[in-house]
Amino acid sequence: MNTVNLTCIGCPLGCQIEVMMGDDNEILLITGNTCPRGESYARKEVTAPTRIVTSSVRVYGSRTGERMVSLKTASDIPKDRIMDVIRDLRGVAVPCPVRIGDVLFKDVAGTGVDMIATKNVD
Amino acid sequence: MNKTDYDLIVIGGGPAGLAAAIGAYDAGEKNILILERDTRLGGILNQCIHNGFGLHTFQEELTGPEYAQRFADLVLERGIECRLDTMVVSVGTDAEGIKEVAAVNETDGLLRLRTRALILAMGCRERSRGALNIPGFRPAGIFSAGTAQRLVNIEGYLPGRRVVILGSGDIGLIMARRMTLEGAKVLVCAELMPYSGGLKRNIVQCLDDFGIPLRLSHTVVRIEGKERVEGVVLAKVGSDRKPIPGTEEHYECDTLLLSVGLLPENELTVGLGAEMSRVTGGPVVNESLETSVPGVFAAGNVLHVHDLVDYVSEEAKLAGESAAAYVRECREAEQAGTEKSRDRIPVGFSGGIRYTVPSSVDPGRVRHWIKFRFRVGEVMTNRRVVLSIDGESVLSRKRRVMAPGEMEELVLTKKVLDAHPDMKSLEIRIEEDN
Repeated sequence: MNTVNLTCIGCPLGCQIEVMMGDDNEILLITGNTCPRGESYARKEVTAPTRIVTSSVRVYGSRTGERMVSLKTASDIPKDRIMDVIRDLRGVAVPCPVRIGDVLFKDVAGTGVDMIATKNVD
Repeated sequence: MNKTDYDLIVIGGGPAGLAAAIGAYDAGEKNILILERDTRLGGILNQCIHNGFGLHTFQEELTGPEYAQRFADLVLERGIECRLDTMVVSVGTDAEGIKEVAAVNETDGLLRLRTRALILAMGCRERSRGALNIPGFRPAGIFSAGTAQRLVNIEGYLPGRRVVILGSGDIGLIMARRMTLEGAKVLVCAELMPYSGGLKRNIVQCLDDFGIPLRLSHTVVRIEGKERVEGVVLAKVGSDRKPIPGTEEHYECDTLLLSVGLLPENELTVGLGAEMSRVTGGPVVNESLETSVPGVFAAGNVLHVHDLVDYVSEEAKLAGESAAAYVRECREAEQAGTEKSRDRIPVGFSGGIRYTVPSSVDPGRVRHWIKFRFRVGEVMTNRRVVLSIDGESVLSRKRRVMAPGEMEELVLTKKVLDAHPDMKSLEIRIEEDN
């Protein structure tokens, strides 16, 4: 059995939630939350936390002299894969022009999720 | 020959300026010019590449550049004129109340423009080291969080490898994560106050996710290094916010990021002679977001610093609609030879509220509702926000928690206002909720 401590992000209250986990990683008890939103947040955070990853990479051939284009994962990925995604983007550069929504990298770090542009660069 | 006469000029092409221009256009005024000093529209959003923007406006989570592009597209679709790379150097009014705008750019040189209405949307800038009085030399490696953000996201440089962050404002938290992802080691984030100035979401996803400690009630007491930062010394502060001797801790680092507050950028506003608020650093405005200078409106971070861009867009739309209404009134007044009268009932506040926007109300000019925005001075739990007209409570809203870092809102409907036709005073106060 172990306990996980979380800060709820549902509202400014920022409840300190304690989740008691069983030996098979099952949730035994959630305490400290003061509303149902806190419980569902805690449930997701301890079982399958995910994040959208955003970053920026170099571009070449920009008519307007831009050096970077920003990008994001098209959907959220498991939290423990964030650094893998970032590693996969090291040292790469993409050609201009780029439009918002263009797929810049397919299946980044084997997550099954694409990286898409979040900025227009001519 | 360039066009010089407009009905509305908007200073600033960031989120506030764009939403204001769209608001005015959609309210029927088409003769609009946006002046932007950067090479592209969107303002600071262009460097805010993280997501979380637009939940209220578009019901989806966008990154900053995406949010900016949505609004830029709406401006371009409407054919609203924009001049980029153009910096406004002064604004004034002539005897007839026409506003004169002087601006410069590389192709036109000095531009002298005239307009009936003016919207101030210049945003804010970061408080710098000079405002903090930290002793030490002036080595390289001290950046405001926003400067570091620009260097990493726009220019593609990593400003340092071992980083200490002073201040837990949202930009500092966002940069803690960003620099970590780019390979830097963020050692600690120190906050002078006993609570963070940033959103909970950012504490969790930018610090906790990466194991970066947040030290509340701590500050930087010394910066070491002559040519480049070599280390900083943190100390715990007491309830008087003064460092406690003996609590010093040394951190070896090459970079110090400052995220210690934002200041509305109002040199032009002051030059115009508008009445200013000492609390917000922005102009004092009425229900139409009009400053003390008739026909000059303000919205976004130039007015008061916001936490969410969605609220900036909403506020700026109102400023745009108000400016359009002002232009219409000017035309009608010229034809009829009489001006519509103005009323000005001050908005009082108490119980821990630091300021309200707007700070005065003309009930006759409220269309459907009026949204008061305000901040509290300290963290409070289990309170009520009560609005009273002539001493009678007309609105009461429960708040489980209020914090200085989260802007509060209270909506007063026209229906309630209309039930008090001869109102003399209006007050918002915070009470204990038992």
